[in-house]
Amino acid sequence: MVSSDDIRDLLRDSGWLTVDASELSENDDLYAAGLTSHGSVNLMLALEERFDIEFPEQLLRRRTFESIGAIRNAVAGLLGGTAAA
Amino acid sequence: MSGPFARAASAAAEVAGRHADSVDRDARFPAEAFAALKDGRLLGAMVPRDFGGEGASLTDMAAVAHALAQQCPSSGLIFAMHQIQVACLVRHGQGSAWHRDLMARLAAEQLLLASATTEAGIGGDVRSSACSVEGDGDGDGDGFRLEKQATVISYGAEADAILVTARRKPDSPASDQVIVPVLKDQLRLEEIGNWDTLGMRGTRSIGYHLRAEGVRAQIMPLPYADISAQTMLPVTHILWSSAWLGIASDAVARAGAFVRAEARKRPGTQPPGARRLAEVTARLQTMRGMVRGAIAQFEEASDSPDRLTSMGFAVAMNTLKMSAAEMVVRIVEQSMLVAGLSAYRNDSPYSLGRHLRDAHSAPLMISNDRVLGNTANLLLAHKDNGSLFG
Repeated sequence: MVSSDDIRDLLRDSGWLTVDASELSENDDLYAAGLTSHGSVNLMLALEERFDIEFPEQLLRRRTFESIGAIRNAVAGLLGGTAAA
Repeated sequence: MSGPFARAASAAAEVAGRHADSVDRDARFPAEAFAALKDGRLLGAMVPRDFGGEGASLTDMAAVAHALAQQCPSSGLIFAMHQIQVACLVRHGQGSAWHRDLMARLAAEQLLLASATTEAGIGGDVRSSACSVEGDGDGDGDGFRLEKQATVISYGAEADAILVTARRKPDSPASDQVIVPVLKDQLRLEEIGNWDTLGMRGTRSIGYHLRAEGVRAQIMPLPYADISAQTMLPVTHILWSSAWLGIASDAVARAGAFVRAEARKRPGTQPPGARRLAEVTARLQTMRGMVRGAIAQFEEASDSPDRLTSMGFAVAMNTLKMSAAEMVVRIVEQSMLVAGLSAYRNDSPYSLGRHLRDAHSAPLMISNDRVLGNTANLLLAHKDNGSLFG
């Protein structure tokens, strides 16, 4: 199980955004919130470590990490479960 | 060269070659070559037929950049930089009226486009901006202002329009960028510094203090991050590499001409440079295969934003840039060993002095070190699928 707050916590502690992740909604554009391509690689590595998953090549694109909701769906898919709201 | 634009390209390349020495000596814009390119309708060739262009492909334009660079590398590189902007406009501007109009003008008037992506205080990272689009109102007809300390605008003084990157809004983070084409009559450019370089002297890549005013409809609708990943980055690396390949091809051609002339003097005896020529020909063949492979990879993926924004594709294009930039320097050096002093002289038909100076710009234009660092970062996530055809 993965929730949006799990993703939000990870983002808030990371320093990859220029805004406070607690204030971001599900669909807010993370790139507009300061996420860079360098940051998104580190975000992916942190997600792999945190949830013990591995992102396949076809998910390694910009859109996968564009919002908290998109990340939650991707992680949920890799965990083989469903996403909690 | 062959292909649909062969005749116009050959004519322009011939003109470029005739003026290459004076362009290099005086560090001036290759005006004669660009008049010929306009006459041949090659500047707007990638504009779709619906908008008055020729519907040329990237493959076609890579062949033109390559042909020009064999005769005058500055002309080849300027042509490449112009077509990079055209590609961004054609591939991402068709959904908006203002950009469709610009495309039609580009084809009708054969406009020359330049770009202002680097900025003082950003340290060469084109994916960050300090300046931002400013102005009240969000409507298409509302005005905007933009002021940028552009550290480099190649041929800025000659351009009819400049594509400028900036932060989307005054409170946007540095990485949230848009790109906006600004027309010459909407621009004020103040030159910063002068231009006296080792090579690529015809590009006049000096800094400018740029001030622009326009309407919001001019801002490209897609975020620059997407335009960069899907078009600007791969097209840049492909067209630059094609121009560098032109330098390498001509260096090997001069080395070959030297060896044949030597062989004619002493039939039956292999000239001393002949083995070196075989060696450098192999390297040129490798470089040519690499550039052609990258063009094919782009054309295959060109309609799929998913494939273009994948990490594997970015890694492939980055490695093309790094490898081609290293190879062109190495090939010119090896060609010089073939022809020896005849290549080292400035007053011989086998001279490679300008080739060598021009080639050395390749690893510095978007520093190979920066590309290496970016690629290293991508490889922390990217897993090569190990298949021969990707």
